[in-house]
Amino acid sequence: MVREIHQNSHEPHHKSRIQWVLSTMAGCLLAALPVFGNPEDPSQMPNMFKPQSSPAHAIFHLSLFVLAICAVIFVIVFSLLTYSVIKFRRRANDDGREPPPIYGSNQIELAWTVIPVLIVLVLFLATARVIHGIQQAKKPAEAIEVIAIGHQFWWEFRYPALGVVTANELHVPVSDTSHPTPTFITLLSADTDHSFWVPRLAGKTDLIPNRENHMWIDPDEPGVFIGQCAQYCGTQHAKMLLRVYVDSPDQFKKWVQEQSKPAQVSESAREGRRIFETTACVNCHAVSGTVADGRFGPDLTHLMSRDTIASGAATNTSENLRLWIHNPEAIKPGSLMPAMNLNQQDLDAVTAYLETLR
Amino acid sequence: MASETIALTAAHDVPQPIGTILHDWVNTVDHKKLGILYILYALVFLAIGGIEATIMRIQLIVPHNHFVSPQVFNRMFTMHGTTMIFFVTMPILFGFGNYLIPLMIGARDMAFPRLNAWSFWLTAFGGLLLYFSFIGGNGLYGAGTAPDVGWFAYAPLTATAFSVGHSTDFWTLGLLVSGFGSIGTAINILATIVCLRCPGMTLGKMPLFAWLNLVMAAMVLLAISPLTAAQMMLSLDRFLGAHFFDTLAGGSAVMWMHFFWIFGHPEVYVLVIPAFAFASEIIPVFSRKPIFGYPVMVAATICIGFVGFSVWAHHMFTVGMNSYANSFFTITTMAIGVPTGIKIFNWIGTMWGGKIIFKTPMLFCVAFLFQFLIAGLTGIMLSAAPFDWQLGNSYFVVAHFHYVIVGGILFTLFGAFYYWFPKMSGRMYNETLGKWHFFLFFIGFHLTFDFMHVPGLLGMPRRIYTYEPGRGWEIWNLICTIGVFFQIAGTFIFIGNLLWSYFKGKIAGNDPWDAWTLEWSTSSPPVEYNFAEIPVVKSRRPLWDIKHPEDPDWKYE
Amino acid sequence: MSSISSAPSSMDQPWVLPSRGRVGMLSLIAAELAIFTIFVVAYLFYIGKSLTGPLPKDVLELPIFASICLLSSSLTIHAAVSALRNGRVGTYAMWWFGTMVLGLIFLGETAREWYHLIFDKGLTISTNLFGTTYYSLVGLHAFHVTVGLICISIAMVLTLLGKVKQEHSERAEVFSLYWHFVDVVWIVVFTVVYIIGR
Repeated sequence: MVREIHQNSHEPHHKSRIQWVLSTMAGCLLAALPVFGNPEDPSQMPNMFKPQSSPAHAIFHLSLFVLAICAVIFVIVFSLLTYSVIKFRRRANDDGREPPPIYGSNQIELAWTVIPVLIVLVLFLATARVIHGIQQAKKPAEAIEVIAIGHQFWWEFRYPALGVVTANELHVPVSDTSHPTPTFITLLSADTDHSFWVPRLAGKTDLIPNRENHMWIDPDEPGVFIGQCAQYCGTQHAKMLLRVYVDSPDQFKKWVQEQSKPAQVSESAREGRRIFETTACVNCHAVSGTVADGRFGPDLTHLMSRDTIASGAATNTSENLRLWIHNPEAIKPGSLMPAMNLNQQDLDAVTAYLETLR
Repeated sequence: MASETIALTAAHDVPQPIGTILHDWVNTVDHKKLGILYILYALVFLAIGGIEATIMRIQLIVPHNHFVSPQVFNRMFTMHGTTMIFFVTMPILFGFGNYLIPLMIGARDMAFPRLNAWSFWLTAFGGLLLYFSFIGGNGLYGAGTAPDVGWFAYAPLTATAFSVGHSTDFWTLGLLVSGFGSIGTAINILATIVCLRCPGMTLGKMPLFAWLNLVMAAMVLLAISPLTAAQMMLSLDRFLGAHFFDTLAGGSAVMWMHFFWIFGHPEVYVLVIPAFAFASEIIPVFSRKPIFGYPVMVAATICIGFVGFSVWAHHMFTVGMNSYANSFFTITTMAIGVPTGIKIFNWIGTMWGGKIIFKTPMLFCVAFLFQFLIAGLTGIMLSAAPFDWQLGNSYFVVAHFHYVIVGGILFTLFGAFYYWFPKMSGRMYNETLGKWHFFLFFIGFHLTFDFMHVPGLLGMPRRIYTYEPGRGWEIWNLICTIGVFFQIAGTFIFIGNLLWSYFKGKIAGNDPWDAWTLEWSTSSPPVEYNFAEIPVVKSRRPLWDIKHPEDPDWKYE
Repeated sequence: MSSISSAPSSMDQPWVLPSRGRVGMLSLIAAELAIFTIFVVAYLFYIGKSLTGPLPKDVLELPIFASICLLSSSLTIHAAVSALRNGRVGTYAMWWFGTMVLGLIFLGETAREWYHLIFDKGLTISTNLFGTTYYSLVGLHAFHVTVGLICISIAMVLTLLGKVKQEHSERAEVFSLYWHFVDVVWIVVFTVVYIIGR
């Protein structure tokens, strides 16, 4: 079953009453959490109950339905259990006679077989609808195409049609229902299994070597959405973090323009650039417009346009950058970035060079 | 009512030199001794697995903690999962099955006593081989020690390129070896139940414990084999350069997943069905009523046995299968909830109209009923593939399966310990300590595993050695870790109770619970040959027939 | 407790349950079939997926002679067991020996084929996906033939020492179940590797 994408984005206005109550309750419960959690920004919590994209919306509505049915079953069976352990407990003044042995009852047993079967059928039909709706959605002509390649322990993002290569921080445009511009992501892996999970935008899909997977998102609000790798991929699986930046159409266009330019050349950083290009850095890293074209590590052409380094393990500051080059084990022990063993002077120079790559 | 048994007490009264005792235990082919060996072996590994879990929970108590390094943490979750499944739960269930099945069906031993011993020692060796990795796992690059690939060891992380040294090989070979032990025990259980039942005990008259273990054994034969095959393939890849899971040569990582989960999913039914067996023996006795709906309980179990082989890819919903495959596995997984749910209703029906006695075994089984209900419902949530696209591989799944394994299986296991300890040791445990164990463990279990669902719903994936602050996960991780200490306290009381009672407990007699199956007609502990004369039975509750000759069961069944 | 039931027993027919040897062997066979199924599935899945040669059609020849030997050995072992059941120990010994010879010929032919594939065609288990799946599947089967032959040889020695009598016919029959299983698996392997896969 194929559904046009813009239909999904209209859903929030047509929530039923029950869904509203349930989602408000879920939202209240989870909104109360910041009191304990002290977040930077509550809207950044990777909370699947605050969907901001059609696949996440569809899953959210299905989840409410499933939760409701499970809640009803729970209440009924819990009550029966509680009632039976209270009502039929042996009293202190028990006469010691055995209660009448009942071996079974065909009618009761038939009833409690048929009813669950019906529940299963209803649940299945509701679920199958959502499965097909998400997995068989058609790609419109204006869709943004991204190829995501999972690495140990970072994300490579390529926009083949736009000539952009970046890492770890994915930029996509907001998708307007009247003029949908969803992002369709092809998922590949360079080494082991990974999984792309940004709960507020979609369910997770794995990146598996020698296999091509697909997913799509159509965020309806700008913002930053966080997630991380969700399939154990080795030592630093925990710090293979994800940030999705949903930009307004103008912001996105500007971002693409900046990203597709080759690296800025800065005279002040000449020494750092020389060191960079004559040591092992270029074996792994690429800087467009220079001799550096290694593909094992992230593309650094526009490194300073990113908020974080080491796939989200540290903020992109001067000290962190310097520390990362000098001793990656301090930030992400077990990552595949080697300590570069530069002396202090060279280290400062390379850091300064990298900071010119805007 | 006491039953007369011809007991050879004279030989047992003479204290034997320790060498003779050890020799006896190491060389034994007696199902009771082997059962106890399995159980003791599993208890040791339960403690080790528990330590591994505690280390992880301490590391996760706050974000960016430095209690252990990521490398150590990754080994911990790998070893914890592998240990608990293969060297705790499976052996302990085989142990109880070994001990009780011949007694319950009126036989003198298992069908193949020497195979029984061989299977136990093979399983034991497998565990030691796995744990030897902590000392001997260093490979060429100094990498290794214990395996750190996760208990399901997904390819290609297990390829030599990504797992240098021999840590993964210890995982593969340790499990391969103990897998043969499991197959041996399964053959034994199956042959024993099919071929050695006492006269009059048709399949429709044997205790549910025997039926459920029969289904479990049949499942083991068909489920362990795919794991064995996959591990052979992995070893060929790692040692001989084969390409089964070598993605660079065109191999398929997903194929490992299929093979593993074709084992892995039936495996969880292998684990839970004997837990159902315990509940099906304990709940009737402590409700003073026969099990409600015996035929349907059998039919539902057989149904679970078959359907259990058709649901495996619900562990792979995120792998990128097409919508038809995802839908298929959704409906089979939802469908298996039906016979499983029916069993809960049958247990309620057993308690209904009864006179429930809340001794420790029953406390654990009642808690099991509530907890298994919740575990089953979170399973239904996960069975809806799109919901699983969010919840899969997150702490919601970790909470779900611990709810089944700890809240379901371990609780009934505790119940089984208390229920059959008098039979195995001849002495009663201390009831007050038993209740302390129950309440402490109950509180700890719920603190840890109820609240563990929430981080999963809030986006926390599993198998991460630390997490970022500000995502709303901190408070829940803190509560989960606190619960661990209650569970540890309860477990200490449990072990202490068993030890103390073994030496100082009240003499139990043959039938302290006024129960109805054949094991309660023997002495406590039973003599080596079990029965002086092979019994002849007429109903499902042979001892009820003896105790109530005016109103025997065989008139109504 | 001598009799659990004090009421008159309704046990008119003798209480007969299946023999544990047979049930045990059938259970083992079920488990082994499951292992082979996984290797067969892997073989089928990887047909045509090798990234490099050599390919099956380039190097595989139908092992007709070996297959006839192995499948005939099912007939000979059946004859041996029948003879032993009827007390004809000499006839049994002859057919049993025949089974051993046929099994050895099969193994010899497999060894010859492998020698040819490795040294003349350059196909090893690590060459490509075909090599991996071929050697593992055929090898697993050959391993099971080998184990069977070891058992047959031990029984042969005991026979020659005069220790095998009519009362052992059930054990021989239980073993023959294993041998028949090995042959059935060969039929499947032959079909998958030499017919479908080529």
